[in-house]
Amino acid sequence: MSKSLNQVFLPVIGGTALALSAALLFANMDYGQKKIGSLEKRVEQVSLQAETANKRADEEAAVVSELRDKIAEIQEAAAARQANAADLTEVAPGNDGKLGLGREAQPAEVAAWDVDVLPDGRGLPEGKGDAYWGEEVFAEKCASCHGDFAEGVDNWPVLAGGFDTLGDKDPVKTVGSYWPYLSTVWDYVHRSMPFGEAQTLTADETYAIVAYILYSNDLVDDDFELSHENFAEFEMYNRDGFVIDDRPELEYAKWRGEPCMENCKPSVEITMRATFLDVTPEDGGESVMNHATADDTPTFVAAAPSTGTDATATEEAPSAAASPSVDPALVAAGEKVFKKCGACHAVGVGAKNKSGPHLNDLIGRQMGSVEGYKYSKGFVAANEEGRVWDEVALAEFLAKPRSYMKGTKMAFSGLKKQNDLDAIAAYLKSVGE
Amino acid sequence: MDAKTRTSRRSFLKGSVAIAGASVAGAASATETDPLITEIQDWASITGAGVDETPYGMPISFEKDVVRRNVEWLTASPISSINFTPIHALDGTITPQGCAFERHHSGAIELRKEDYRLMINGLVDKPLVFQYTDLERFPRENHVYFCECAANTGMEWAGAQLNGAQFTHGMIHNMEYTGVPLRTLLNEAGLGAAGDLKDKWVYVEGADASSNGRSIPMEKALDDVLVAFKANGEALRMEHGYPVRLVVPGWEGNMWVKWLRRIEVSDMAVESREETSKYTDVYENGTARKWTWVMDAKSVITSPSPQMPIPHGKGPLVISGLAWSGHGKITRVDVSRDGGITWQTARLGRQGDTKALTRFYLDIDWDGNPMLLQSRAMDETGYVQPTKQQLREMRGENAVYHNNCIQTWFVDENGVAENVEVS
Ligand code: HEC
Ligand code: HEC
Repeated sequence: MSKSLNQVFLPVIGGTALALSAALLFANMDYGQKKIGSLEKRVEQVSLQAETANKRADEEAAVVSELRDKIAEIQEAAAARQANAADLTEVAPGNDGKLGLGREAQPAEVAAWDVDVLPDGRGLPEGKGDAYWGEEVFAEKCASCHGDFAEGVDNWPVLAGGFDTLGDKDPVKTVGSYWPYLSTVWDYVHRSMPFGEAQTLTADETYAIVAYILYSNDLVDDDFELSHENFAEFEMYNRDGFVIDDRPELEYAKWRGEPCMENCKPSVEITMRATFLDVTPEDGGESVMNHATADDTPTFVAAAPSTGTDATATEEAPSAAASPSVDPALVAAGEKVFKKCGACHAVGVGAKNKSGPHLNDLIGRQMGSVEGYKYSKGFVAANEEGRVWDEVALAEFLAKPRSYMKGTKMAFSGLKKQNDLDAIAAYLKSVGE
Repeated sequence: MDAKTRTSRRSFLKGSVAIAGASVAGAASATETDPLITEIQDWASITGAGVDETPYGMPISFEKDVVRRNVEWLTASPISSINFTPIHALDGTITPQGCAFERHHSGAIELRKEDYRLMINGLVDKPLVFQYTDLERFPRENHVYFCECAANTGMEWAGAQLNGAQFTHGMIHNMEYTGVPLRTLLNEAGLGAAGDLKDKWVYVEGADASSNGRSIPMEKALDDVLVAFKANGEALRMEHGYPVRLVVPGWEGNMWVKWLRRIEVSDMAVESREETSKYTDVYENGTARKWTWVMDAKSVITSPSPQMPIPHGKGPLVISGLAWSGHGKITRVDVSRDGGITWQTARLGRQGDTKALTRFYLDIDWDGNPMLLQSRAMDETGYVQPTKQQLREMRGENAVYHNNCIQTWFVDENGVAENVEVS
């Protein structure tokens, strides 16, 4: 950097004088004698200027050499620091002490915010409550989402049951079946629930609710009373169900090393495709959903050793077109679409009403007609008018529920794909039979 | 515009539509003139937007597709939910804040700097309360780190489910943070009272209604954890914890507590709901792993991918993706085009940074045949990203969290890609 300083200043000044002498030559040829005098005068002036410029340049050079020394000094210091700290981004050591920032927290402030409860019960306030009372408080403040029996409404969390399912395909992890510490239940309910009204429960209410959640999990009797005194005695069902991260021993030891690069397996086949499940949101930003069947996909086989080129792909013929009448593939697709409805609607033998009415025998059924289900006004009116569900009405309703039925309480944005609408109709017909 | 150029423009447009699906892009330009060049375009004649038209600029309207997206059926309410970064459409490594995924347990809150307080209490010499302005007076640092939700790719345990890199791998972002090391703040309060630091914990908690809280072992707290207030040079966004969040490099996103309000030094883990009921991994026999904080090495090809089909047919093709590891630097990424039979080492966009996203590229001459694209990351510990089978053999299919398996995209001869599983 120091070198370039000289090189920048000097040539600029010298260059000005040079350009003017060249201009003088040019003038001698083109403009005649009378101008020579004035030009010579200018050359003189320029030479004079060049002289002072040179002088200044010398001064600049002196400054530059001074700067150069300074830079060398700084660099030396930096190198020394680097040798010490190894990293110039690190905060200087002298800056690592206390800065005296912030102020002491008042005991009342700490008490207001430090309310977490430790597994051994430290942090619990005094208080008590039994499962009877807990049931009342729960019904009032929690059941709208978690269900009267903590069984969970719609997609809201289930808090009870699921014992002995942890090893199953879809384990039901609840407070009863999964949570290892009672302190966690008390702490979470007290601090984070009810959802939308957190930190409003009193200590006694919390003891009572926790007692009720234990009761709804069949872990205590209905007269069980929980208090800060008996809290530590209670042992949760799954307290021994956890191990501390053992990836280092089990996985890292195995999965470190040089991986295979060639002929790593003899052949590769597609075993599952996401478009069959098709649970991707509609506006995924793509218009390329492909509806091929598994038969369309090629099998990849290892290339002959040593060639190292791409694997060859062998195409198989697409499966025959679906028959127009009863289409099992469409019914199967509809069953998958029904996953979007299943949180609120049941179908099949003995289907009960959930937050929406059961949908058995829907096609041909009068709108708003399921007994014991409380419909919104629009459906009550449709029922009185004698309107009946057919495929056209269903498709219109499901495409845009709220525009088809003003004020419906079905909180569902609608099915946007015609394929899905056809499939769900086929599926609902099939479960009605 | 005279009749002749109008016709040629129309035929050019028609031609380009046909080309989009076919394999020889740009062929029309060899025989016909391009009206975009030969005709004077509006933008070359009429003036554009003035300065200040958007005091804080948004991406141009043509990019309105590049947004976060949510999968509604995953959760009961958008207030306790997650959405996904459009990683398929981004390049480089830094995630713009405006499209970086969000995860809230009780919604994103508006907390003014003036109303912000940070408390340090528990086993410290002097419990302290800081205001926002205090934090800006401590020496601060800059670091780029990825933040990945432990549930990223969680829907894929049981099978190929979601069709798009955004949905399978979009619970991640990567930003440059400015903040004060947690160690500096702990030092300010004094750790003498904590005695032997070896078995001590730091419990961190947010100011929102979920009061999300996590226990961090002291060793990590004193290592590289940051109390951050800027990301990518500007204030944090509301949805990422404005004005102050915790940055826990390499560890699962839930620990990066937003709207950080309290730091408590304690002698045991709190075992909060988010470290027992959630973010623990259930194995086949029903037991569960806890304290699985580190996000293991992982990678995904972002393009081509289901939302990013190949638009140009055979010929030069850039395969691109992201790799990261919570254990340190990415040292190598291999790409397979045949579902894992043969592998080729990809080029890294830049040398890997520790605990940050690394971009990789494989520049190929695509022959137009179908491909089964996979990528496989390796980090500085020598760890190699496992296949789905390896993970399932080890953990079963119910773990939900920490799925870092190799992802496969099937790309057909039209360049259309799909999420698949392979043998
Ligand atoms: C408006 C709906 C709603 C209400 C009312 C409500 N909750 Fe919740 N509850 C939720 C949601 C949503 C979650 C999950 C929050 C999250 O994801 O962080 C939850 C989670 C829980 C959990 C943890 C579940 C798990 O498996 O991790 C418990 C325990 C709980 N609630 C108890 C209660 C209690 C007790 C009440 C009444 C005092 C209550 N809730 C009221 C919506 C509600
Ligand atoms: C979030 C819950 C929810 C989801 C998801 C949902 N529904 Fe509904 N559905 C309801 C409710 C609630 C009603 C009652 C509407 C009313 O009274 O306004 C209803 C009503 C209906 C009715 C009218 C039934 C009758 O007896 O007249 C049909 C048909 C229906 N839903 C079909 C579906 C299908 C098919 C899906 C999935 C594609 C679906 N719903 C998804 C909640 C839901």
